[in-house]
Amino acid sequence: MSESNRETVLGSLRRALGRDGPVDDDTAIKLRARMVVHARNIVPKRTQLDATGLVELFETMAKQVHATVAHVSTMKDVPGAVGEYLRSENLPSEIVMAPDPTLDAAPWSDNALLEIRRGAPVEADQVSVTSAPAAVAETGTLAMYSGLDHPSTLNFMPETHVVVLPAGRVTKSYEDVWDAIRAQAADPDSGRNGQLPRTVNFVTGPSRSGDIEQTLLLGAHGPRRLHIVIVDGE
Amino acid sequence: MNVSTSRNFKANAAEQLANKDLRAALTKSKGHFTDGRTTAAANLPEFEDLRDQSRDIKDHTIEHLDFYLEAYEAKVVENGGVVHWARTAEDARQIVLDICRSVDAKAVNKGKSMIGEECEINEMLEANGIRPVETDLGEYIIQLRGEKPSHIIAPAVHLTKAQVEDSFRENHTELDPNRVIEEPSALLDEARTILRKKYFEAEVGITGANLLIAETGSSIIVTNEGNGDLSQLIPKVHIVLASLEKIVPTLEDAATILRVLARSATGQEFSSYTTLSTGPKREGDPDGPEQYHVILLDNGRTNMIGTEFQEMLRCIRCGACMNHCPVYQSVGGHAYGWVYPGPMGSVLTPGLLGVDEAGHLPNASTFCGRCEEVCPVRIPLPKMMRNWREQEFEKHLSPGAARVGLGLWAFVTKRPKLYQMATNLQMRMLARAGRTKGRLSSLPLAKGWTKYRELPAPEGRTFQSRWKSGERPQ
Repeated sequence: MSESNRETVLGSLRRALGRDGPVDDDTAIKLRARMVVHARNIVPKRTQLDATGLVELFETMAKQVHATVAHVSTMKDVPGAVGEYLRSENLPSEIVMAPDPTLDAAPWSDNALLEIRRGAPVEADQVSVTSAPAAVAETGTLAMYSGLDHPSTLNFMPETHVVVLPAGRVTKSYEDVWDAIRAQAADPDSGRNGQLPRTVNFVTGPSRSGDIEQTLLLGAHGPRRLHIVIVDGE
Repeated sequence: MNVSTSRNFKANAAEQLANKDLRAALTKSKGHFTDGRTTAAANLPEFEDLRDQSRDIKDHTIEHLDFYLEAYEAKVVENGGVVHWARTAEDARQIVLDICRSVDAKAVNKGKSMIGEECEINEMLEANGIRPVETDLGEYIIQLRGEKPSHIIAPAVHLTKAQVEDSFRENHTELDPNRVIEEPSALLDEARTILRKKYFEAEVGITGANLLIAETGSSIIVTNEGNGDLSQLIPKVHIVLASLEKIVPTLEDAATILRVLARSATGQEFSSYTTLSTGPKREGDPDGPEQYHVILLDNGRTNMIGTEFQEMLRCIRCGACMNHCPVYQSVGGHAYGWVYPGPMGSVLTPGLLGVDEAGHLPNASTFCGRCEEVCPVRIPLPKMMRNWREQEFEKHLSPGAARVGLGLWAFVTKRPKLYQMATNLQMRMLARAGRTKGRLSSLPLAKGWTKYRELPAPEGRTFQSRWKSGERPQ
C-alpha cells in the first residue's frame, strides 16, 4: 500500500506544481546545495555580546522562565552547590546522575550526604543531575544530546533537574547548536558514527501548562524545578 | 470517517453563544495569548523580518515539496527510521494500526497531534481494543469528557476549572472523594500522578510534528509540558504523525520558524521544550525508542497546491489567528464543527472537506483583518475566505435569501440616486423606530443580528447628505 501511496502523492504533487516529473537537474543541484551550505537566516542581534555578556543574557532569560541559577567558581564547588540547593528546597539527597565525563570532574565523594546513582532514571527518582553540552543565550535555553553519557529521560522524569553548565558552553543561538551537533557527528572520535544524536532537547525553564483557565502552572509532566549551576572558571 | 458538523455552523454557533460555561471560560482566557504575543513581538526587533523569512522558507519548500519530501525520506531511512505515505486519513489509521499490532500493543500514549485528531486515531484504536491515552493536560481533560479540542494549541480553552474538577471526580474514582481539587494546581498534580503511571504501560508513543527537516530526516516537536517527550522516549515505538507541508529544508530554516512560532502562539520567547528526534535510539543509548516511524499525510493538501489556496499550506499551527479573531472569541472552537477552528480553519476546512461541507465557515468572518495581521507566515486569510465565498456563490450553495438580498443590494448600489433615496428613507424609519431609547432591540429581516445585541438607532442625516450640504470635518 505504502509504495503506491508514495507514487500517487508524489505524482499529484508534481502535477499540482505544473511538472510531469521530478525537478530538473539544475534545480536539483541548487536545492541540494541549499541543504548543505547551512546558510543562516536572520539571527537576532541581542546575542552580539562577548562571552561574559552571553552568560549574563543566558541567566536573565532563563530566570524569566522560572529556572533558578547559581554560580560556582570551579567544578570542585559543584557537589557543595548541588547539596546546598537540595537542602534549601527540602529535597531528598538521593540523586540519579548522568554517566557524563563532565560530571566526573567534580569531587562528589566530598559531599557524603549525597547518595548518587549513575544512569537512566526510574519512576521513584526525585532529583536528576546532568550537564549540558551547550546553552543558547538568546532565550536562556539549555541544549542536551542523547547518548551513552546522557539518557534523555533524565531531562524529563524526575521532579527536579539540576544542570551543571560550564560557562564556556554558552553560545549565542540555536544555529550554534546545529553546528556543534553536525561537527560532533562528523568527528570520528565522538562515537556518533556520522549521525546526529537520536534526541536533541532544547530546554527553556521547567515544565509548565496553561491548559486550565490559562493559569500558568509549573511541573506539568517534566520537572517542576530546573536549577542551573553555572561553573564560571575552569 | 471525519465526522464534521461544519455544515451546521449557524446552529452550532447559536448553541455555543448560549453556553454559559463557554462564555465564562472565554472571558477568563481573553487577552492572555494576545497580550503575550504583543509583548514578545515588541521584545524582538527582528520579528517582522523573521515573519517575512518564515513565509519565504515555506513558499520555497512548497514549490519544491516533492524534492524535499524525497530528500527527507532518504535521510529518515539512512538513520534507521521508516517513512509511510498516507493519501487519506483512512490510510494513516491503517498504518498506525499495523504498527501497533506488530508489537502487540495494548496501550498507546499520545502527545498532542492535530493530525491525530484529523485522522481520528483514538476512535480507531479504541475500536480495535487498544487504549489511547492523551498525555497533554488539555487533551487528557477533553478525552475524559469525550470532547474534541476547541483550539489547536489550547484544546480545553472552552472549559472552566469547575468543569475540569467534575470530570476528574467522575473518572478518578479510585481517589478519595473528599479530596480538595478546586484549584488548577491541585488538578494538575492529580493529572500528573495519574498519567505518570500510564507512560510505562504503553508499547507505542504517538506524537505530531511541528517541523520535519529534509536535510537530516528529523522531526521537531514544540511543547511546554514535557508529555510529548515522555511519550516518545519511554515506549519502544515512536510514531510521528505529520502532514506533508510540515517539512523545511534545513535546521537553520527550522530555527527561523521556531523563532516566530512560540511568540505568535503563547507569547513565549521559546517554548519549554523543543525536541529534535532523528531515527530510533542508537546502539548503546540508555533510553529512547527502538523503532521510529513517520507517517506523511496528504488528505487533500496536494489538491490545494497550484490553487488560490496554496498559501494556506504555509500555516505553522500557532493559533494566533483564532486568538485574535472576534468570531472565534465569541463562538469558541467547537462551533466550527471540525478539527481546525478560527480563521485558519475557515480556510483549511473547505480545502480538505470541500466547500459543500464547510462553506459556512468562510462566512464566519467580520473581515477585520486581525488574523492576517498577526499570522507569522503572513497567510492572506481574509482574501482566501473571500475566495471561498465566491466559490460558494458560484456553486449556488449560498442560501436563496442571501442571493436575492445580494442581487437587490447590487442593483441599488449601482444606481446612486436610488441608493441615496433608499438610505435616506431607511435612516428616517430607523431613527423613528428607535426614538424612545436610541437603540433597536428587534428589527424585521435582521432578527439574527438583534437577537444577541441592540442596534444603535441612527441620529441625524446620512454621510452623503451631510457632505453634499457642505459639512466638513474641523
